[in-house]
Amino acid sequence: MKEFLVVDNLSKTFKLSAKQRKIEKTESKRKVAVNGLSFSAREGEIFGLLGPNGAGKTTTLRILATLIKPDSGDAFLNGKSILENPGEIRRKIGFLTSELKLEEFFTPNYLFNFFSALHGIEPERRDRRRKELFGIFGIDDFAEVKVSAMSSGMKQKTSLAISVVHDPGFIIFDEPTNGLDVLTARVVTDFLAALKAEGKTVILSTHIFSLVEKLCDRVGVIIDGEMMRCGALAEVKAGRDMEDVFFDIYREKKGEIA
Amino acid sequence: MRNIGTVIKKEFARFFGDKRLLFTSCIMPGLMIYVIYSIMGGAISTMINCDADYVPQAYVAYMPDSVRNFFEGEGVILESVAPSDAEAIISRIADKDADICVVFPEKFERETADYDVLAANGKPAPNVEVYYNSSSPPSSDMYGKVMAALDGYEKSIANKFDVNRPEGEAGGGYDLATDKDVSGRVLSSVLPLLLIIFLYSGCLAIAPESIAGEKERGTIATLLVTPIKRSELAIGKIISITVIALLCGLSSSLGTLLSMPKLLGAGGTGELGIQAFYAPRDYALLVIVILSTILVIISLISLTSAYAKTVREASLIASPLMLAVMLAGVSGMFGTESRAAYYLIPIYNSVHSMRGILAFDYLPLNAATTALSNLGYALAGGFALARMFDSERIVFTR
Repeated sequence: MKEFLVVDNLSKTFKLSAKQRKIEKTESKRKVAVNGLSFSAREGEIFGLLGPNGAGKTTTLRILATLIKPDSGDAFLNGKSILENPGEIRRKIGFLTSELKLEEFFTPNYLFNFFSALHGIEPERRDRRRKELFGIFGIDDFAEVKVSAMSSGMKQKTSLAISVVHDPGFIIFDEPTNGLDVLTARVVTDFLAALKAEGKTVILSTHIFSLVEKLCDRVGVIIDGEMMRCGALAEVKAGRDMEDVFFDIYREKKGEIA
Repeated sequence: MRNIGTVIKKEFARFFGDKRLLFTSCIMPGLMIYVIYSIMGGAISTMINCDADYVPQAYVAYMPDSVRNFFEGEGVILESVAPSDAEAIISRIADKDADICVVFPEKFERETADYDVLAANGKPAPNVEVYYNSSSPPSSDMYGKVMAALDGYEKSIANKFDVNRPEGEAGGGYDLATDKDVSGRVLSSVLPLLLIIFLYSGCLAIAPESIAGEKERGTIATLLVTPIKRSELAIGKIISITVIALLCGLSSSLGTLLSMPKLLGAGGTGELGIQAFYAPRDYALLVIVILSTILVIISLISLTSAYAKTVREASLIASPLMLAVMLAGVSGMFGTESRAAYYLIPIYNSVHSMRGILAFDYLPLNAATTALSNLGYALAGGFALARMFDSERIVFTR
């Protein structure tokens, strides 16, 4: 299969404020978030990025979504540099993270129309897409309810629908089931499987091992901004449980778990 | 361009769809100003003016016949009392039970006839005692009339020259100011300060919510992963906030203009028929200056809002700027700036251009400098805002 996403030696450091240095208990004025990260994802597969909190998963995904720029390195989506063509890349990707919020004042219907307009989708195509996505996520029942009055599950379903309003070929999900009840989490995982079936390429960041084992074709284990292991899921697991493999890698890098 | 329109539509839907926000930031300020200024005008009027049906309690001791006509000329009717009663009346005036008591010297007419300024050699002139209570409006009113009558009498007995005799060559029209000039002077000294404060307050009520609010809620990142350009987002935000702030400023200005005649009328200026004096060109210039001023203020508050983490922080940062805005506003109360270079200073230029337009005393060059320089500052602000939206440090880590 063709390599759809190629990440080449990405590095990113952040400046730490005095307050952050105190919290992180460090004297260093900079923090390395991502350190020489390289991996690739093939067309029509789900690539799982597995790592603990603060490993650099979100930073990596934000770089891929063109929200932030790397200090060095680049990534190529279908051969196009994300640094050189950020506008074009944004048109082709979908990005969903639990940190991305919807305006509380608006309804799913309004927000769907708004984001469709920003993606330049014609009303006819927009309405077809709305019918399809609102049907999948059961949004029709609360399409005219303001976000402020919705449950977290309803909000996440609406965010999902909006993140793929333009039917992108490459979708980035940053911990999409975080904080969701089991029923909504199931809707999300089913949707990820459906995207894969449609031939979309998905990058999924998570720390839920079962989700990786269930959905991902390939996996990368990232700790302290470094790619510790990367390859086909079966190859990385080598017949073991993914959770055990992860903790072996973690001990290898960080020593015993406190 | 299409995305700018989409952002504007969304901002309008957010503002006009929220009836509470619309009422508190757009309708209420104008309404409050109208109600408060009208009540103030009414209260001041009650304090200064007297009831037309009120009969003053006015007394006089040793009333000379020669002065009587002067009092009658001023419409002052005094009840003659014995000098021994004067002390009791003075006490009543202190208690606001009586209004005025005039006590002449017993031989007032002879003493004034005998008194020669040149030959007096330090000897004081005959003294008329006028007791009144300045905290009581009827008493103050009577005091003014009594003093006018006594001034008239004094002139009649020692008249060496007249000033502005009513039947003079000018036919009484010595004050060459027209009603238009007077109206312009009054409005130009008050309105620029009020307008600039209302405009700034209007912008401060909206801009932080629109920009820092998006950051605080995390919704700005959702927008930034779409194909919209940062410059389109910045322009869309600035235009929509400007229109909304203009409406808020309009509401406050309308409230001020409608209540101004009541407020100023209370001070004796009378009703101001301002609409009769300002020409369409004046209004057009005023609108251009106001619009360019709003653009500058919006740019300024937008930048501080983009820098701030929360709406509260944005409002806190922008609040000290209010002091600078008020200082510029106050500077407009004492005259119009004549130096052309000063019309390049934002806010200060707006205040003085507004003052000049309202006082019918402006140079088109100064008004044009104001509008164009403000537009330049707003464009620079829009460009800086777009750069800030592009900065991950501002959007994510601030």
